[in-house]
Amino acid sequence: MGYDVVVIGAGPGGSNAARTAAEEGLDVLLIEKRQEIGAPKRCGEGLSVGGIKNLGLTPDPRWAINEIRGASVYAPNGKRISVRYPETIGYVLERKIFDKHLAMNAARAGAKVLARTVATGLIMENGFVKGVRYSRFGEEIETEAKIVVAADGVESKVARWAGINTTNKLMDIDAGFQYEMVVDLEEPDMLELYFGAKIAPRGYVWIFPKGEDVANVGIGIGGKEQGVAKKYLDAFIESRPDLKRGSILEVNAGGIPVGDPVDKLATNGLMIVGDAAHQVNAIHGGGIHEASVAGMIAGKVAAEAIQEGDVSEARLMEYEHLWREKRGKILHKIVKLRQAIEKLSDDDLNMLAEKLTGQDLVDFANGKNFMKLAKIMMRRPRLVSIAKGLL
Amino acid sequence: MACGGCVGVCPFTALELENGNKLDLDGESCTGCGICERFCPVGAIKVV
Repeated sequence: MGYDVVVIGAGPGGSNAARTAAEEGLDVLLIEKRQEIGAPKRCGEGLSVGGIKNLGLTPDPRWAINEIRGASVYAPNGKRISVRYPETIGYVLERKIFDKHLAMNAARAGAKVLARTVATGLIMENGFVKGVRYSRFGEEIETEAKIVVAADGVESKVARWAGINTTNKLMDIDAGFQYEMVVDLEEPDMLELYFGAKIAPRGYVWIFPKGEDVANVGIGIGGKEQGVAKKYLDAFIESRPDLKRGSILEVNAGGIPVGDPVDKLATNGLMIVGDAAHQVNAIHGGGIHEASVAGMIAGKVAAEAIQEGDVSEARLMEYEHLWREKRGKILHKIVKLRQAIEKLSDDDLNMLAEKLTGQDLVDFANGKNFMKLAKIMMRRPRLVSIAKGLL
Repeated sequence: MACGGCVGVCPFTALELENGNKLDLDGESCTGCGICERFCPVGAIKVV
């Protein structure tokens, strides 16, 4: 017995791919290696109001647990740049519930969802992916599939089995580490971000409130950096009496792909979605929205390709083309911004903090208004060539 | 922590997360390059 589509990995990308394909009338299997979908999280859990809307969802207090109205960004010298909006601009999620909710939506659309089910290999025939081998509680199972969606995260193996290199270069992956903490929060509706080579080399420390007195306190630092992410985060917490007094409810770690997407997002009978495809916003490291949008496109292309009876690479590359139009182009700009910022010293960042507003920073993170940043950088001779990389 | 980042950076597909929570090393594929050690957010990997 076979399926039209087997999706490997029930994160936001996989669940949205499975839901979309099932809604299009396909017979879909969604497998997840972990025993509990959504746990353990590897994520700061922030998602914008626009991102939630793009996923076709309305914020539900069961998973959208804290309203965010703005953010404060701290330069290496401590200078604060804040932006606060009158309305809610985003939420901090409870991923354990959110991810499960997305998988439920896939199941309700008709997909078969199986947790604690691990893909162990692909069935290949004449250069086409033809099915999946997987293991459930020690039982080895084989199933045919017209299309396989690899949504197996940063540790992706499925695409590699099909011959696509998804390896992250050390320069292009951030090491993430986070505590979920009970702490005193002054502004539970504001995100806080801290920059500086001593705080988080080639990255930042974040405090994302999950409620009045609970927050994700985490760090992402560029690969290749000396010292481990945990060490830097512990030093930051140690330097802050309010955090030092806090309690730790959960410890999370993960890799965040922050380079360009993998060379190709499809091959014969296979598409790659989400962290596995390196579809992440390289500035803030967020991937829920990117993976979900990609998953929905992949689900739709799967339905069309199967209806036409053509699951060749040439046909499935429509997914990559549509994704590049919708998200890839902007994410590529954001990668370039990231690479430019990485070259700046603390002194440069302090200088920028004097000249930029909170709204500017929000625009930059969304891939907009780079001209303003470039113009300021051009005034420092040393930064001219870096600034040109932004244009 | 079994976060999986090291699996994602291994150029030789030598690492695997067994059942999503235990790291498994394929000694034959591993070249000892140490990229996993340099990546690990918690310093849990030592290449000797």
